Amino acid sequence: MFPYLRLGPLLVQLPGLALLVGVWVGSLLAEREAHRLKGVAADIYNLIFIGLASGIVGARLTYAARYLGVYLANPLSLFALNGNTLAVSDGLIIGMAAAALYIWRKKLPVRSTLDALAPGFAVFMVFLGVGHILSGDAFGASSHLPWSIYLWGEYRHPSQFYEVMAGLVTLAVILRRPLETAGQGLNFLLAIALSAAARILLEAFRGDSLIWGGGFRAAQVLGLIFLIAALWWMKRWIQPDDKILTK
Amino acid sequence: MIRRYLLEDQRRWNILIAVVLFMGTGWIFLTRLPSGTTNYGEQPAPRKGFYAPEFSLELLSGGQVTLSDLRGKVVLVNFWASWCPPCRLEMPAIEKAANLYKERDVVILGVNTTYQDSEKNAASFVKDHNLTFAIPLDRDGKVSKQYTLSGLPTTFFIDRTGVIRSVVVGGPMSEGTILSQVEDLLKGNP
Repeated sequence: MFPYLRLGPLLVQLPGLALLVGVWVGSLLAEREAHRLKGVAADIYNLIFIGLASGIVGARLTYAARYLGVYLANPLSLFALNGNTLAVSDGLIIGMAAAALYIWRKKLPVRSTLDALAPGFAVFMVFLGVGHILSGDAFGASSHLPWSIYLWGEYRHPSQFYEVMAGLVTLAVILRRPLETAGQGLNFLLAIALSAAARILLEAFRGDSLIWGGGFRAAQVLGLIFLIAALWWMKRWIQPDDKILTK
Repeated sequence: MIRRYLLEDQRRWNILIAVVLFMGTGWIFLTRLPSGTTNYGEQPAPRKGFYAPEFSLELLSGGQVTLSDLRGKVVLVNFWASWCPPCRLEMPAIEKAANLYKERDVVILGVNTTYQDSEKNAASFVKDHNLTFAIPLDRDGKVSKQYTLSGLPTTFFIDRTGVIRSVVVGGPMSEGTILSQVEDLLKGNP
């Protein structure tokens, strides 16, 4: 765990930096993939930028809306550089909605665009795990295994390392494009399916799971829904006469 | 291969979906936790979701404060030093919160990291900023070490049960940040 780096008067938040690097590398890979799929790389760049910017602004505004009185009295607080005052799940929905709107307005081919995003998404998941290693978040359940790590007062599953390994496996699969299709959206669905499967499997070793009624871990239940939806959609989107991609 | 033998055969793909659904449900069922439990907060640690590490410190104004005595109240623990520019910038917002919540169950502790500051400087800082909340003195740095302080200012928002619900490292915190986090804890939101 190495959450902060002091550079003179600056305190650099390394987990946030890892996410930024993830977005940057992911954008580069997505642009490269868009180019390979005969799309316009600039459209992909704009799409990622609009999704991100809308997501961050939306996360702050929806957070502020919950404490309207506080923020009306202190409107400058809206611009505070503080991740604690972001409504993350709301921001995620707003960011995705803005990206979908951009695709619709620019009449971008949906499946091909999603396929272009697939390697970027996979690489971002790796960096998300790296961010968790640095911050100590998403920590593991108590365990006494030869590879357990001492964190937050006891020996635990190194769940953040599991996360990075799962992300690397997903990335390797996505870069190989095992479904041999170009621009049919299947590679993106495969990335979603693999990430969801990893979440179902690995959440069992987490020590900070959100627990729903009956003791079920929320992330596993949502992961299963996403996994089944991705597999079902793959069945819908497959076309027998798809051109086989020459590698 | 996957494509030809599995994905293009609707029947085989449906079987795969059914198998995945069955195995996924089974794994989720097997790895569920007893209802209402979580690994959060089982032992003290200076991070969100854990019990705040216990401390007892002397106050600048005299007397002593012990964190566990404040159970049942929302507690904001802010670590600062007089030479730290962002600490100086966020103090008016913290003082405003202290005044705003003084009639409610909110306690603000401005822990001066005296081991890297001085009592004299801390005292003049408090006077210059007209701070009215309690200023515990961490003379030997033991509490800062317990809270794995990696930068100043650092603020811990602790709920009525003694569990840390939010940590802000670096600053300055805006009024909106402080007030919204305290409001959350007063409402009993995790």
